Amino acid sequence: MPIKSLGDPFKPETDLRHGAECGCGDCRATAAAHVHAADASREAMLERAVESAIVRSVFGHNELNRRSFMGMVGGTTFAAALASVLPLDKVKAAILDELGPPEKPDLNIGFVPITCATPIIMAQPMGFYERYGLNAQVIKTAGWAVARDKSLSGEYDASHMLTPMPLAMTLGAGSVAEPYIMPAVENINGQAIVLSNEHLDKRDPQQWKGFTFGVPFEYSMHNFLLRYYVAEHGLDPDTDIQIRVVPPPEMVANLRAGNLDGYLSPDPFNQRAVWEGIGFIHTLTKDIWEGHPCCAFAAPLSFATELPNTYGALLKAIVDATQYASDPANRKEISEAIAPTNYLNQPVPVIEQVLTGTYADGLGEVKVVPDRIDFDPFPWHSMGVWILTQMKRWGYVEGDIDYKAVAEEVYLAADCKKIMEDLGYEAPDVTYKSHTIMGKTFDPMAPEAYVDSFEIKRA
Amino acid sequence: MKSLSLNQRAALLSLLILAVGLLLWEAAIPAQKAAGELTQYELLTGGGAPKAGVPPPSEIFAKAWEQLSNPFYDAGPNDKGIGIQIGYSIYRVLSGYLMAAAVAIPLGFLIGMSPIAYKALNPFIQVLRPISPLAWMPLALFIIQDSEASAIFVIFICSIWPMLINTAFGVAGVRKDWVNVARTHELGSLKTAFTVILPAAAPTIVTGMRISIGIAWLVIVAAEMLVGGTGIGYYVWNEWNNLDLTSVIFSILMIGVVGMALDSAFGVLQRAVAYAE
Repeated sequence: MPIKSLGDPFKPETDLRHGAECGCGDCRATAAAHVHAADASREAMLERAVESAIVRSVFGHNELNRRSFMGMVGGTTFAAALASVLPLDKVKAAILDELGPPEKPDLNIGFVPITCATPIIMAQPMGFYERYGLNAQVIKTAGWAVARDKSLSGEYDASHMLTPMPLAMTLGAGSVAEPYIMPAVENINGQAIVLSNEHLDKRDPQQWKGFTFGVPFEYSMHNFLLRYYVAEHGLDPDTDIQIRVVPPPEMVANLRAGNLDGYLSPDPFNQRAVWEGIGFIHTLTKDIWEGHPCCAFAAPLSFATELPNTYGALLKAIVDATQYASDPANRKEISEAIAPTNYLNQPVPVIEQVLTGTYADGLGEVKVVPDRIDFDPFPWHSMGVWILTQMKRWGYVEGDIDYKAVAEEVYLAADCKKIMEDLGYEAPDVTYKSHTIMGKTFDPMAPEAYVDSFEIKRA
Repeated sequence: MKSLSLNQRAALLSLLILAVGLLLWEAAIPAQKAAGELTQYELLTGGGAPKAGVPPPSEIFAKAWEQLSNPFYDAGPNDKGIGIQIGYSIYRVLSGYLMAAAVAIPLGFLIGMSPIAYKALNPFIQVLRPISPLAWMPLALFIIQDSEASAIFVIFICSIWPMLINTAFGVAGVRKDWVNVARTHELGSLKTAFTVILPAAAPTIVTGMRISIGIAWLVIVAAEMLVGGTGIGYYVWNEWNNLDLTSVIFSILMIGVVGMALDSAFGVLQRAVAYAE
C-alpha cells in the first residue's frame, strides 16, 4: 500500500501532505513515485521519513513551492545541493545505525530547577550521561525566557523546556522563528493548582472572579491548563481573572506576600507552599487531564543535524533516565540525588513527597497518589496538536495552522520510538490518540472543529 | 572619656548601636519549638523543622562562618563557594568598567574641550543615560549571543555615563586663566591637555569614576539574578529559590562589604589626585 507522506520528496509530482485530498488520477499516473510494499521495509520508511521531513521543512511546509521548485531544477540537482549543506547521510545514520563515538562529548544542558526536569538533572549525578560517553554539565537557569535565549544563542547544546515552547519557537511566536525539535517528553502530570490559605472556603472556581493567578510562562501547559480549567467553569481567563507570568521559584514568596491568590505551577513549589504553611493543593493537574505532557527535552534542529552521534547518545541517556524515573521503586533514591544545592536546592522531604506521591495536601490530610508525577518520554503528535489548538483558541497564533504538520516537524516521535526500542522499552506504533480532558474528548484528527467547539475563546 | 579622640568615641558608639541592634533582633525572633511526637501529616509539612523566615543574627553568623571558612569549594557548575562567586562578579564588573573608562574618559575630554562636540553629542547622552542597564539585557543577550559578554556589556553601558559627563564637566570647567597661561608659554595643545587640563580636571574625573563603580556593583547583582550561572547575584537567586533567608542575608552583607571596599579604593585615589589651588 502506498504511503503518501513517504513518497520521494525530490520528485515534483509527489504529494507529501498528510491527509491531503488525494488527487486520485494523479496518484495512479505517478504510481511509480510512491513507495510500494516491496521497498517499504522499516529502514527504508524511516529513511524516507527523515528525507521528507527535511525537504518539507526547507520549503516551510509549502507544498506548492516545493513542487514547482522540484519541477524547475529537478529533484536530483536539489538533492545534491541539499546534501552539500546538510549531511543527510549522517542524519539518517544517527537514527538508523549504531551510533559512532559522540563528535562533541562536552555538553551544556540547561534546566530550570523544578521536579519536571528530574530525568535531565538526575542523569548527571546518577551517571546516565557518562554511560553513553557524554560529559554533560547541567546548568541551572533563572527562567524560561533565559533558557530560550541561551538555547537560541548556542550557549546550551540542548535544554529542558516546556512542551509548547519548541512549537512556539518553530512558529516564531514570542521569539524569532528557529526550527526546534523535541525528541522526548520529560514528565507527564506533576502540576497542581495551589491556593492561598486565605481561600480555604473558596473551592468552587466560580468564586474565583477577580483572583490573580501565577503561571511560569506564557507558552506552557500551566497556562493552557489553567485557562482550560477556569473556562470549563464558566470564567473567562482574560477578563474574570488575571494571569501573571511568575518564575516558579518566586511563586511561594508571592503567595505569601498576597500578590497572588493562587498559581498553577510546577513542583516542588506546590508542595513547598504546603510545607511553609502558606497554601493548599486545590487540585492536581492529573485530575484535569490524566497523563498530560508538561516539560520536555528540546534542542535546535542544527544540533541533531550537525552532531548526529552526540544527539543520538544524548537522547539515549535522557530516554534511559526517564524510564528509570518512571519506576516508583527508584523515586526515593532520585529525590536524594536531585535535592542538593547544585541541582534543585530544596529540602529532601519536599522533593520526596512530590516524587513518591505520598503528600500532605495542606488541608490536614495525607494523600497517596503514586502517579502524581510520572515520566514518559514518548512525544505523542496528538499532544502537540492539542497544544496548538489551545494556542489558536487563546489567540497566541493567528491564521490557519497546519496542526499536524507542525506537530510532526517538532515532536520527533520516530527518533524517540527508535531509541526506546533500542533500549528495550516498548513504544507505541501510532503517534495520534484521542485524549480526555475534564470529560471532554479531543479528536486530534479534527483540531479546527475542536477549537470551534469552545464557548469561551479568542479565535 | 576626655582622653578619647572624636574618632574613637564615634567608633565606640557605632559598636554599641550594632550590639543593641543585634540583641533586639535576636530577641525578636521566637525560638522554634522543639518537636515532640509527630503525626505523619506533621512530618510531611515539616513539623518541627524550621519554616522559612527571618533568622536571628546568631544563625547568620554561623552561616557566615561556615561559608567564609571554605570560600573556594566547587561542587559542580551550580554550587560554588562564596569566594568564587564574588570573584566572578568582580571580574565582570572590572572588565565592563575598564572598557567603559577607556571609552568615556577620552570621549569626555573631547566633549569638554570642544563646545561644538558637546552640543552635538549632548542629545544622544541625554537619551541614553536614563535607560536602566537591565533594559539592555534582552537586546544584549540577543545580539551578543553570550550571557557572560552580555553581563559585561550591561556593566559597560551603565558605567560609561557618569564618567563621560563628569570628565566633560571637569575639563570644561578648568579655569580659563590657566589655559591662557599655558598658551602664552606656547605649549602645544597635547601638552596643554596633559600638563594643565588633566591635573586640574582629575578630581572631577575621579569623582565620576567613583560614581560609576558604585553603579556597576549595584547592577551586576541584578544582572546575575536575571541571567544566572555564576556570581554573587546568582548566589542570592539560588538561595531565594530555596527560601533560605539566612543565606540571603549573609550574601547581602557580602555585597555591601565588597561594594564598600571598591568605593574606598576610589576614595584613596581621589585623595591622591586632589590638590590645593
